Amino acid sequence: MNKVRLVQGNEACAMGAIAAGSTFYAGYPITPSTEIAEYMARELPKIGGIFLQMEDEIASMGAIIGASCTGVKAFTATSGPGFSLMQELIGYAAMTEIPCVIVDVQRPGPSTALPTLSSQGDVQQARWGCHGFHSIIAIAPSSIMEIYYQIINAFNLAEKYRTPVIFLMDEEIGHLRERFELPEDYQPEIINRKKPESDLEVYLPYINDESNGVPPMANFGDGYRYHISGLTHNEKGFYSSVPSVVDTEIRRMVGKIEDNVDDIAQFEEAYADDCDILVIAYGSVARSAQQAVEEMRAEGISVGLLRPIVLWPFATDYFTKACMGKKAVVVAEMNLGQYAREIRRIVHTDTPLKSLTRVDGEFIYPIDVINAVKEVL
Amino acid sequence: MSTVYDLKREVEKPERLTGGHRLCAGCGAGVVVSGVLRALEKEDRAVIVNATSCLEVSTFMYPYTAYTDSFIHSAFENSAATCSGAEAAYNALKRRGKIDGTVKFITFAGDGGTYDIGFQSLSGAMERGHDMVYVCYDNEAYMNTGIQRSSSTPRFTRTTTTAVGSAQQGKKQNKKDLTEILVAHNIPYAAQTAPMGNFRDLHSKAYKAIYTPGPCFLNVLSPCPRGWDYPMAKLPEIIKLAVDTCVWPLYEVEEGVWRLSYTPKKKLPVEDFLRSQGRFKHMFKQGNEWMIEEAQQYVDQKWDKLLERTGA
Repeated sequence: MNKVRLVQGNEACAMGAIAAGSTFYAGYPITPSTEIAEYMARELPKIGGIFLQMEDEIASMGAIIGASCTGVKAFTATSGPGFSLMQELIGYAAMTEIPCVIVDVQRPGPSTALPTLSSQGDVQQARWGCHGFHSIIAIAPSSIMEIYYQIINAFNLAEKYRTPVIFLMDEEIGHLRERFELPEDYQPEIINRKKPESDLEVYLPYINDESNGVPPMANFGDGYRYHISGLTHNEKGFYSSVPSVVDTEIRRMVGKIEDNVDDIAQFEEAYADDCDILVIAYGSVARSAQQAVEEMRAEGISVGLLRPIVLWPFATDYFTKACMGKKAVVVAEMNLGQYAREIRRIVHTDTPLKSLTRVDGEFIYPIDVINAVKEVL
Repeated sequence: MSTVYDLKREVEKPERLTGGHRLCAGCGAGVVVSGVLRALEKEDRAVIVNATSCLEVSTFMYPYTAYTDSFIHSAFENSAATCSGAEAAYNALKRRGKIDGTVKFITFAGDGGTYDIGFQSLSGAMERGHDMVYVCYDNEAYMNTGIQRSSSTPRFTRTTTTAVGSAQQGKKQNKKDLTEILVAHNIPYAAQTAPMGNFRDLHSKAYKAIYTPGPCFLNVLSPCPRGWDYPMAKLPEIIKLAVDTCVWPLYEVEEGVWRLSYTPKKKLPVEDFLRSQGRFKHMFKQGNEWMIEEAQQYVDQKWDKLLERTGA
């Protein structure tokens, strides 16, 4: 029987990573994510895994990329300042299509800001933090059980799409303790990267696999000649500046995620079809929004909740449909309206959009959401 | 220092790291910083740079600051670079006669911000040759985030990322010898010191570092009661043990000349230092005698090499 336990968010993340099959962690201590490193430092040696404490976050990213090339599922965890340092290599992982998971337990920024408090300020950085053309997957869980299940999903998506996946927690959810209980006989679905089946001489590490645009990935040591570089490359992985090759590769790399948004996106809805006012919230703030919606429904207010679990890629068609015909849309988030910008793009220009924001490190409470809804009622 | 060192006279100078900061009782960092800043001539001003650290979060809690001098905290990895920029720009102003008096540039960072994430920044600043002092207050782990190992953490130490159990017994690697690496930068002055006794060693080295033109480096042992696990009143005793066991030898390298600053009257066994702190507790379990032996061998080897270098 699976035991009921009281588990902290960061701990659930680390437990889920191990359940997902991760045997490699490289990281650097930073509040409020450090418990993940501490858990991995304690538990990985017991299962023959590797824990490396690196000299900084740049090195942490470098190490998980190197490790992933050997076939292991590698991840790191950090917070704002460290996430900023990782950006170049996150872009590198996107360019070279190396699966890895980056946990960002968000705290307010920019700079050192409020290390022990909560924020959702890295939402756009997760999408656009590195330079150039790329797409990314970012997931924002909002409960302890969901952290566990979704970190497994994060590893699966990283493997399936050969991409870095950003796991966007926030301090509130990272340090929350909540009931943890797995269903009887729980077995997570585990996806592993597609391996090449070709002869050793003919491996094309960046060929467009017609099924979903994701090329098969060999491990270092499998025997294939495998050349990896952050330079723009052709199907063989070698540098190319031929415009048609560059264009094809970049569009495939972005397309493998953007064109598969239906497979990647996940949402939870409450009364979203049947409401005048739609509240959109994610991560820890969605918990307040959920309670606010329940309280307002009890009062007879026609309000619903839409909670994106996957923030990126942005599910344009889904959001457009969900917001269509609403009297107003409220987006609640602990930043200055980063996701509201996305919603504003797809909401009909006549539909009022209330961006409920908070940047002082304090939480958005149900009453804040209720007041925001009442403003647009 | 025109006259002989006199602690009584020195402490009569106004404190440049004033009381009321939030460092823990029994923490070495506050003693180190006030000790270094005391070496400044009274009339000289200073620009203090802090890397992200316990020191940084504890000494300036807005709207309060413990510093009487100009202060900047930039990030974790770039305090030496920020200090470089301030020093270079100051010198330009000075050359053009736009600024009066003497301003000294002093960076304080912990071992995480020095040995690890800030290492590149430090190395760059020393190589470029800025007229600055970089002070590492070395407490041998990341204490601010809750005691994780750094490359300064000694072998066998228990931290929250070098667990003690069946699969491993504390940290596997020896401490990085940062002072030696800084000496290899061929800077005019590099020294290892600790706030011991009447602070003469710390004071004279800080004075030399501050008033020797060019980039200077001080590595100062700075015990941490939480991370090292000792009763707070034991701070001076533990520093003394570190020095008398030769775990932390006091020496300086001036223009390439190595000089030993202190020879213990009786070189104590490393065991005495290890026993004083909870972080080494597992080394005293039955069956782990080899750990103490190897720790002793390592210290002896380093000490012999130092004696050879200093010609002592």
